[in-house]
Amino acid sequence: MSHLPENGSASERSPKSNLSDSEGLTIFERSKPGRRAFIAPALDVPDYEVDELLPAEHRRREPPRLPEVSEPEIVRHFNRLSKRNFDLDTGFYPLGSCTMKHNPKLHERVAAMPGHAKLHPLQHPGRAQGALELMWNLQQALGQVAGLPHVSLQPSAGSHGELAGVLLTRAYHEDRGEQRTKVLTPDTAHGTNPATVTMGGYEVVKVGIDARGNVDLDDLRAKADTDVACLMLTNPSTLGLFETGIDEIARIVHDVGATLYYDGANLNAIMGICRPGDMGFDIVHFNLHKTFTQPHGGGGPGAGPIAVSERIEPYLPRPQVVRRDGANGDGPFFDLDYERPKSIGRLRGFQGNYGVFVRSYAYIRSLGAAGLREVSEIAVLNANYLLAKLREAGVAEYLPAAYDRVCMHEFVLSGAPMKRELGIRTLDLAKRMLDFGIHPPTVYFPLVVDEALMIEPTETETKETLDRFVEIVVEILREAREDPDIALNAPYTTPVRRLDEAAAARRPVIRQAL
Amino acid sequence: MSSYVSATAEDRREMLAKIGVNSIEDLFADIPARLRLEAGLDGESAVGSGLSEQEVYEELRALAARNISAEDELSFLGAGMYDHYVPALIDSIIERSEFLTPYTPYQPEISQGGLQAMFEYQTAISELTGLPVSNASVYEGPSAVGAAGYVAKVSNGRSRFVVSRGVHPHSRETLRTLARGWGTEVVEAPLHDGATVLPELGKDVSAVIVQQPNFLGAVEDLTGLADSARDAGALAICACDPLPLALLKSPGECGVDIAVGEGQTLGNRLDFGGPSFGFFAATEALLRRMPGRIAGETRDVDGKRGFVLTLQTREQHIRREKATSNICTSQALNALAGVIYLSWLGRRGIVELGELMLKRTAYARGRLTSIEGVSLLHERPVVRELALALDAPVAGVIDRCLTAGVNPGYALGRDYPEHQDGLLVAITERRTRADIDRLCDVLGAAVAAERSLSVGAAGVRA
Repeated sequence: MSHLPENGSASERSPKSNLSDSEGLTIFERSKPGRRAFIAPALDVPDYEVDELLPAEHRRREPPRLPEVSEPEIVRHFNRLSKRNFDLDTGFYPLGSCTMKHNPKLHERVAAMPGHAKLHPLQHPGRAQGALELMWNLQQALGQVAGLPHVSLQPSAGSHGELAGVLLTRAYHEDRGEQRTKVLTPDTAHGTNPATVTMGGYEVVKVGIDARGNVDLDDLRAKADTDVACLMLTNPSTLGLFETGIDEIARIVHDVGATLYYDGANLNAIMGICRPGDMGFDIVHFNLHKTFTQPHGGGGPGAGPIAVSERIEPYLPRPQVVRRDGANGDGPFFDLDYERPKSIGRLRGFQGNYGVFVRSYAYIRSLGAAGLREVSEIAVLNANYLLAKLREAGVAEYLPAAYDRVCMHEFVLSGAPMKRELGIRTLDLAKRMLDFGIHPPTVYFPLVVDEALMIEPTETETKETLDRFVEIVVEILREAREDPDIALNAPYTTPVRRLDEAAAARRPVIRQAL
Repeated sequence: MSSYVSATAEDRREMLAKIGVNSIEDLFADIPARLRLEAGLDGESAVGSGLSEQEVYEELRALAARNISAEDELSFLGAGMYDHYVPALIDSIIERSEFLTPYTPYQPEISQGGLQAMFEYQTAISELTGLPVSNASVYEGPSAVGAAGYVAKVSNGRSRFVVSRGVHPHSRETLRTLARGWGTEVVEAPLHDGATVLPELGKDVSAVIVQQPNFLGAVEDLTGLADSARDAGALAICACDPLPLALLKSPGECGVDIAVGEGQTLGNRLDFGGPSFGFFAATEALLRRMPGRIAGETRDVDGKRGFVLTLQTREQHIRREKATSNICTSQALNALAGVIYLSWLGRRGIVELGELMLKRTAYARGRLTSIEGVSLLHERPVVRELALALDAPVAGVIDRCLTAGVNPGYALGRDYPEHQDGLLVAITERRTRADIDRLCDVLGAAVAAERSLSVGAAGVRA
């Protein structure tokens, strides 16, 4: 099968190009006065004058100009839109740092049960015992995975968990009468880490990496002083490498009285293999949408629970789900504890993203202890196999591994030789992959690698899928040797081709003119 | 037990051979031996030892059965999340793999569906709020209030927020939690007869933060509040309930700089509090200070219209510590449900829905206050929620109502000690006249019973 049109763009070759194209219309462009989908329930109370209930000074003069469309049009519009998305249920999605593993279908079924989905967040705890028990159990299970005793499920995303971690660190030090001003982040850190540090009111101090891609321990020693509140670390790092000096890192950080924060983006590499708590981390966040397979939804929702050590526990957000022993032979009672005087307070409304908890809890219960360990084993096996297979296929000549080591669940290649030798950049390689029906890996991250390509296959992919990926990379490089324009002008087969992002940012059009 | 892996024993052997190691264990050699768990995780813990799909289904079903959902009782609970009807077409669309399972649209050529939906969502939110720029959504309502505070703090660098006590208690607490990190002081403005009374606003006020309608259901004089903020050189931030905005003067028209709010009522489930989405809209001047993702229109190389994530130079993955926020996701799927819902309601439908709730709430207000021992907490206009003062212990009243199968609303005492026996009652379009009549009967009986108890007790004491 050819992935390259004979000549011109796909749209130019379209035999129906002289017909009006309604394919790309927005829902607002489909609007026509008089059409409707919603029929209000019958008015069964007196037909009061609206003016008497709501004085004119508070009233909107014109209704909001929402689309006027019928139900069949809405369904067709959004179904058509859906077909302009690539998705994990359709194809390989080796997006580094994002852990695009299979989303089991059971999870949608159980999350939609009315007892979960239609439960009001302010329902009295005595009438929400199933939900609170599920949250309690999930707290226990996540604590077990992290090797830390206390968990708050409240943060809504990884970045939100990070912010919780920084605020917990602040509360911990302030409670001891200490004012600290700096937070250390390695050069390999996720972009959210430094942004979080700023929002938490600290100054970011960067720590370099050494020749093997690990945290530079000398640089860390030089920068770790008593002004430092915390070191935020991802382990394995964003290079997909385990921090071999983790014991020494923990010692340096704790010796100056700082906390050690674990960014859980890469937890999929080590479940049941080792635990952040045993490494000396004080605070860990989980990405339930990565490791624990909440579907990403095109960019949310997720959840970013945190696990913490004893010394951080008093400051956890409130309310906290607790288990109280039953009296008189009754079973335990699950409750929301608001009486936490040292708590940093709420990070959001209600108790967190419960619908996400249901899915992740179902996942953990399905897998159990051995299954979670197998996840990490196969995630790491798949990544190392893919790396070896790419190397064997000769890809390393153009796309060498940034660090030539056994990787964990993901690895980073550098496209610098490819750019130099073949005249195509990592971006072009990625765009050409789109024509082969796969999602490209993460590109241009981490920043410490030139022309970075970050590949995370996950445990749920087959060997055949990985082999196919290698064939695609080999084929794109072969094409590029013959004619770099093929990659430079890709993609050809997608609903739209390369988009002018610079123009979009220069003169932003972020809503429809109505 | 399944870990959803596909690697057969033969695959594993071949793959290890290709890598050039003898065992999977060898791949973990970089981990210090001290740290390695020889026996793995504890299968006796809550993690368990693995179950079949059917067994997990049964466990989750049993847990669900121990919750009393809004389907299981006649519920008037609101206070930030509301039991609105969610049309069937939303489930059908958002369950599609193409919307459910992609990541953030980093590759726009294969993400046009999600990106265009974001663009349509932003248009709908701009229209509802009367503000020209909307992002693609943030986590949820109360943290959106915090995010708006951060924009104000970064915009004018002033040292204090004045936040109305009419703002949702969770939003106020979230703002305090976050503002501690920025060193911004949070002071509260009191309510009088349900409406915010602002103190004298000094030059140190970064933002005035109010809610419309406020937590007690009252429609505020939003124009007057925004004017006061502007006169002091502060930003006016309003947390809005999006459905009442069908009837109310939009925040933009009132002079508000940032409108945020909880999006659950727009086609999302209750889900015991999440996931939902927070919306975030602002004036043009604040465009480049907005947190979160924004979709923008552009053209491809063939001149075809398309959509991309834009203004990414605000964002954390490029700007790192200088980013406008650390938020790196939207709540895309929940916001998608939001724009489908708004399309389903449509231009006329959203007003009809708003007026139905307005009238049923007015009916409830009249009937409830005719009960002996029940009065209004304030006289302000209301749209779909009203606050009552009970002349009886609210906890006892609620317990009696629950026994009769009616959840009468939210007790205000925890958040408003000044309204120790206050009750907040929400009337969504799912609550009919017959439901309201039943509430009145049950609540009336419960209040009477509690009052006779306390009169009795007083009599004994006397």
